[in-house]
Amino acid sequence: MKHNDVAINIENLRFGWPAQNHELLNIPSLQVAYGEHLFIQGASGSGKSTLLNLMAGVLTPYDGQIKVLGQDLKSLSSGQKDRFRADHIGIVFQQFNLLPYLNGLQNIELALNISKKRRQHVQSATPNKQCVEARIFALLDSLGLNAKTALQAASQLSIGQQQRIAVARALIGSPELLIADEPTSALDSDSRDRFMTQLFNAAEQSKTTIVFVSHDQGLKHHFHRQINLAEINQACSNTDEERQR
Amino acid sequence: MKTGLLTIAFKSALNRKTNLVLAIVSIALSITLILSVDTVRKQTKERFLNTVSQTDLIVGARSGPINLLLYSVFHIGNATNNMRYSSYQAIQNFKEVEWAVPLSLGDSHKGFRVIGTEPTFYKHLRYGNAQSLAFNQGAPFNDLYDAVIGANVAKKLNYQLGQKMVLSHGTSEIGSPKHGNKPFVVTGILAPTGTPIDNSVQVSLQAIEAIHIDWRGGIQSPLKITAQQTRKIKLQPKEITAIMIGLKKPIYTFKMQRTLNQWQSEPLLAILPGATLAQLWQSISLFEKVLLAIAAMVFVSALFGMLITLLSTLNERRREVAVLRAIGMHSWDIIKLFAIETALIMTFAIGLGVLSLYGLLAMILPILANTYGLHLSLPVLDSQQILLLAAAFGIALLLSLLPGWLAYRQSLADGLTVKI
Repeated sequence: MKHNDVAINIENLRFGWPAQNHELLNIPSLQVAYGEHLFIQGASGSGKSTLLNLMAGVLTPYDGQIKVLGQDLKSLSSGQKDRFRADHIGIVFQQFNLLPYLNGLQNIELALNISKKRRQHVQSATPNKQCVEARIFALLDSLGLNAKTALQAASQLSIGQQQRIAVARALIGSPELLIADEPTSALDSDSRDRFMTQLFNAAEQSKTTIVFVSHDQGLKHHFHRQINLAEINQACSNTDEERQR
Repeated sequence: MKTGLLTIAFKSALNRKTNLVLAIVSIALSITLILSVDTVRKQTKERFLNTVSQTDLIVGARSGPINLLLYSVFHIGNATNNMRYSSYQAIQNFKEVEWAVPLSLGDSHKGFRVIGTEPTFYKHLRYGNAQSLAFNQGAPFNDLYDAVIGANVAKKLNYQLGQKMVLSHGTSEIGSPKHGNKPFVVTGILAPTGTPIDNSVQVSLQAIEAIHIDWRGGIQSPLKITAQQTRKIKLQPKEITAIMIGLKKPIYTFKMQRTLNQWQSEPLLAILPGATLAQLWQSISLFEKVLLAIAAMVFVSALFGMLITLLSTLNERRREVAVLRAIGMHSWDIIKLFAIETALIMTFAIGLGVLSLYGLLAMILPILANTYGLHLSLPVLDSQQILLLAAAFGIALLLSLLPGWLAYRQSLADGLTVKI
């Protein structure tokens, strides 16, 4: 793997919660290529979410290096990291992705309001520059949602619909990286497979790199590569205390 | 921007409206309270300082200025000495003097003070904002045994025109000997003024003379003179208690005061009622300070109430903050969200508070005017009060930084996923 092709490069990453003495993560090396769809599997409490937080620049490792899209996160101020996240990374959680008091469309537009870069990207991709909404509806369409649904208050939507809106928000404006933290765990298995297919369809259009964590092995086959966090994490102990974190 | 910070803050607030409406109402209530306390305080002070108006000097036998003011205006306590009627006549004829109204005090009716005076009393005396005394019913005293009663006397004793009343010697309510053989008839009832005049009975100087004609040394002599017999005697007052003086020009005030204080034939004291009222107010202004302190405490507790409301929504807002952080909103913007929400709360609270102040006053003012004769005006917020509201707004914004900062700290600890 050539250096330029690496979307995420982790070396000797070490992290523990300040309140606890134990080390939670110790990852000597992890690389994710541009355009790669990576599945990270791990039991709950194994530090999957923490790893995603580190990749998103929300948490800072106390040792080691983490480069995302060629950018060393350690060299950025917290404001710069926020900007970097807004411009380059889409994030989907397990649940509660949306602001309940906005409708689906407004929730998606939030991402564009915060990132000028992503708004410009959407505008340059549409023939009619004014029509950002049309682009959003097209994206929603590929996720199996119609415009009417998107105009409902987020609190009125089903969990499946909410997760699709969240994916649309994460992918609008074509950020280079999509980070997903168990986005399917609240879905039943039928809609889960449909959701995964639609997610990949939508992501495929912009060649987005995907890092997806889940404890659910049944999702493995959708991905280019699968790793088990326990295998790359050399932090010695995983006590109960840490599991609750 | 379609969904900017303002929209988010507004919609988010709307989403938690029950809590916020409660916070708004509680702050609005305390704003109403502090403003009305402040208004009442200021207007009370103004009313007090205008208990006597348009009167340039008050003259009495020499004692202390406050003492003179207390017995002549507020009918509290008694004069240590009287002054000669001849002095009154001399003062009346000064070229600088526009009018002079004599007051003869010392008798009472069922605890209400009796003022012996001249009918010019009703013409010249002013109170409040230079308002003159008005009659609700009847007219000034004319006959020797006519009496005019203040609004409060009429109300408390339920007296109508034509009511017979007997005056008592002295000013104590119980056990005073009565001038029983010379009953008076109520011929006039004054409109409320909100001054001690409401609690007084006015009769002529001659009437005061008449009821004491057969009295010696504070008791009735065995040699009684009937009411009818008294009419035939020429009643010439020898002493009065005080004089209210209006001068032709205000510029004469200090000259006249000096002249009167150096009166040759007897020791007199002349005071400027306004200055002495202000002096008296100073000594009783503790009341004012207590009111203000209470209002301030209410206000502080309301601000804390708001802070508590904001803090109590923190947990509720954790997911919201996590979402906003995940899509790259800067921490400073999160703090701004809390500040905007606070600004919204305060704007509504101040608006509601001021509105309900006016509503309250509009309701209370007619009642005050009818029952107490307090003709207060609907106040426009003065600069001090506007400054107070602005300070409240500023302090609230400053306080909102705390929950904003806590929310940011929480978001750091939570990371992107909130486990609730």
